[in-house]
Amino acid sequence: MLAEPIPGQITAACQAVRSATPDDAVAGVQPLVVATPASTEEASALLRAAAGLGLAVVPRGAGTRVHWGNPPERCDLVIETTSLDQVIEHEAGDLVATVQAGLTLDRLAEVLGSAGQRLALDPPALGRPASARGEPAAGRPASTRGTIGGVLATGAAGPLRLRYGTGRDLLIGITVVRADGAVARSGGKVVKNVAGYDLGKLFAGSAGTLGLITQATFRLHPLPARTAYVTATCAAAVDACRVIGAVMRSPASPVAAEINWASANQPVQVGVALEGDPAGVAERSAELAGLLGREGVASVADEPPPWWGAGPAAQPDGTVLQIAFWPAELGLVLAGIQAAATAAGLDLGVGGSAAAGVLCASAPAGADPGAVAEFVTSLRVALGQGGRAPAPPADGQPARASVVVLHAPPEVGKLVDLFGPVPSLALMRAVKNQFDPARMMAPGRFGGGI
Amino acid sequence: MTERPGSPADLAGLIPQLTAICGPDGVITDPMELRTYECDGLTAHRCSPGLVVLPETAAQVAGVVSACAGAKVPFVARGSGTGLSGGALPRADGVLIVTARMRRILEIDAASRRAIVEPGVTNLAVSKAAQQYGLFYAPDPSSQQICSVGGNVAENSGGAHCLKHGFTVHHVTGLEIITPDGELTWLGDGTGAAPGYDLVGAFTGSEGTLGIVTKIIVRLTPIPESVTTLLAAFETTGQGGAAVSAIIGAGILPAAIEMMDALSIEAAEAAVACHYPDGAGAVLIVELDGPEADVRSETAAVRKLAERAGAFEIVEAADPAERAAIWTGRKSAFAAVGRISPAYIVQDGVVPRTALPEVLDRISALSAQAGIRVANVFHAGDGNLHPLVLFDDSSPEQAAAAEVLSGAILEECIAHGGSITGEHGVGVDKSSYLPRMFGADDLDTMQLLRCAFDPAGLCNPGKIFPTPRMCGEAPGIRRGPHPLVASGQGEIF
Repeated sequence: MLAEPIPGQITAACQAVRSATPDDAVAGVQPLVVATPASTEEASALLRAAAGLGLAVVPRGAGTRVHWGNPPERCDLVIETTSLDQVIEHEAGDLVATVQAGLTLDRLAEVLGSAGQRLALDPPALGRPASARGEPAAGRPASTRGTIGGVLATGAAGPLRLRYGTGRDLLIGITVVRADGAVARSGGKVVKNVAGYDLGKLFAGSAGTLGLITQATFRLHPLPARTAYVTATCAAAVDACRVIGAVMRSPASPVAAEINWASANQPVQVGVALEGDPAGVAERSAELAGLLGREGVASVADEPPPWWGAGPAAQPDGTVLQIAFWPAELGLVLAGIQAAATAAGLDLGVGGSAAAGVLCASAPAGADPGAVAEFVTSLRVALGQGGRAPAPPADGQPARASVVVLHAPPEVGKLVDLFGPVPSLALMRAVKNQFDPARMMAPGRFGGGI
Repeated sequence: MTERPGSPADLAGLIPQLTAICGPDGVITDPMELRTYECDGLTAHRCSPGLVVLPETAAQVAGVVSACAGAKVPFVARGSGTGLSGGALPRADGVLIVTARMRRILEIDAASRRAIVEPGVTNLAVSKAAQQYGLFYAPDPSSQQICSVGGNVAENSGGAHCLKHGFTVHHVTGLEIITPDGELTWLGDGTGAAPGYDLVGAFTGSEGTLGIVTKIIVRLTPIPESVTTLLAAFETTGQGGAAVSAIIGAGILPAAIEMMDALSIEAAEAAVACHYPDGAGAVLIVELDGPEADVRSETAAVRKLAERAGAFEIVEAADPAERAAIWTGRKSAFAAVGRISPAYIVQDGVVPRTALPEVLDRISALSAQAGIRVANVFHAGDGNLHPLVLFDDSSPEQAAAAEVLSGAILEECIAHGGSITGEHGVGVDKSSYLPRMFGADDLDTMQLLRCAFDPAGLCNPGKIFPTPRMCGEAPGIRRGPHPLVASGQGEIF
């Protein structure tokens, strides 16, 4: 526990400040102080004070994904955004909303839903990892999709990424506080806007290493008049690949096409979501069910299958890795996962946005760390990353696939680089060095020691 | 940096080196030939480049940039030169790197819906090459027949159909670039989910100030199963605006919604005889695309909503030829306006869609007050205005009044929470307006990104960010049609 008192500069900068408890540890690193600013101005004063004191800062939203990435090299101050939880503006006629970073995705969905709209971003709801389960904080839900800021900073997304992309694609304006306390905005509240650099792209997925996101403006979409889910069960991975390929060549125009392969000796579930005009969706889902039916029994439902958004990406514990690839390589990727898992003696859960080229694989918390590390390393080699590529792309192009460990027990993190090879790392280091030369923001959490 | 970059001696000294890299026919030094590169699509800003190089490979671009960096000579990249903000305006003390000879489509992976192209490939060429796979490249700037994908990346180009399909940044998943110090590197890996910072996103739309793109991995989109194009005629733009709100409010997301007012209809009618309904004070073009059944029912809904908003005539294109005829009036509007006015200023401001009626009223009040005509042609679905401020440039008073009016329109956009540019970019044209949208800390923070990529400040210097402007300079003066439009090679805007 904290021996020293909280520095006066911190308490002067922010009203809601407390000593950190073991429950506040960030990937095992114990901070001294947790501060919960209630405005961008307060967050700015806080970061300015922290910079003056040389305190390392880790931003945190609902804490849903705060265990992602490398443990920070240092962590003195956790800045929690949960009091920045307001909808600043929702102009339904413009399909645009400006919200504070600490607002939860679930709460935003309620607000927008009442106007028949949504933010088309559906990362999985995560429970609290067992490693971080202390006394449950009052009012904290059993599982959450997280906050706007957290989802943006981690780049988390869900099945709808196939049609709508990820947070970076929906973000049209952002307010951040830099490591030195300066407040910067980019973009705005109109969808079409090319004035100035788009800092939102840079901060989306930056894992808190460039600054603190305090506010974001998004492009919204209407809630679909109808959504249908067409599902099929495939005996083997190759069948699932064929089905996904057929779906994507069909005129069905899916908004999501997912697979779920809970275990190597279980069949592969395929689920496709269709949205739009009720009559159109009915027609398309019937056609698609016919197409999928050739591979097995297909069914159409108004509700997603139970595994939808609840596959490996939704595992709060253990090791979860994200495999991104060119969609045509789905078969190679699934075979690669299976081969690497078998060689490492692991039975993994695999699933995700197969048609978009983003899958997750999960190993339980109890899995042998050496085996998990071996799996990650050999899968990277199989997919052409950091080893001999099966078919090396010309001209020094990076491998067309990547394997990133989103989170893992510390024992696994010691054995394998969570991020793997990162293209243009030198430029990323230069960006980090410009935004945070003193390395105060989540130091070491990102790839390449950033 | 203490020395002034790019002295004539530095430039002359580079010629042998650049000739060794690009070959004798890849370096232009003749003053007459250099002059053909003196401007991009914004012809009001002109400057003959010190030198022009025409590299054919990424390695040559890297060699040229290295040589420039070594000699501290500024360099500017140029694609097809169709930009509308002077983003590719050359430097007299610098090298203009023209990517027009880098026009190979290197790969189409239809199953992955990806293509890898060189920067000089034209936008439309990507869609043409992808067509046989049932795919197209979605961003469709009006200049798509001639504009280059490399230029699109620099400007984050949009188009009429970006309302539904998104901008260039939504369709680029990897970039091979030459950094401003001459290193070849890849941003992203084509997956769209590469580890690390999203430098692809940060680079796209940076107007050539962060490096030169030499290969682009783009996303391809399935060609919609069905498309309908409706032309709805209204008595007033207010009615047209109400129809737009009603369509969006009904949860329908058309591929495009375009509006033209009476003056732009008149100009288009005179120029291309587009046969829009008689007596229309405003026309709305609504294009719906997607699965057939959905498009059918959405088309019916849009017709009903437009009628309810006061449409007195609705024409539906029965085939691609009729669709093209409907679009002809819209696409020719800018060139057409050039025929009814000796000169005009085009703006690219954006307002929230709900502020459209108010801003249009304000523009017409400003126009009446100044005694300067304004024709409105715009992407109504996303609030991107293209007001054309018409004036006689032989009258200094008119020219001055037009500039004031044009600036006042941008101020209106900013005051309504909009933007000074929706798709044309800031370039040299609107850099003095950028501080009205962003504060000093915002601009300083953007500079951090610039400094990470281009610490020496040699890569397209003087663009986007405000530098002192000469008194009386105003954004966007155009005189007569763009040469490429006049020669029938392309449509712009």
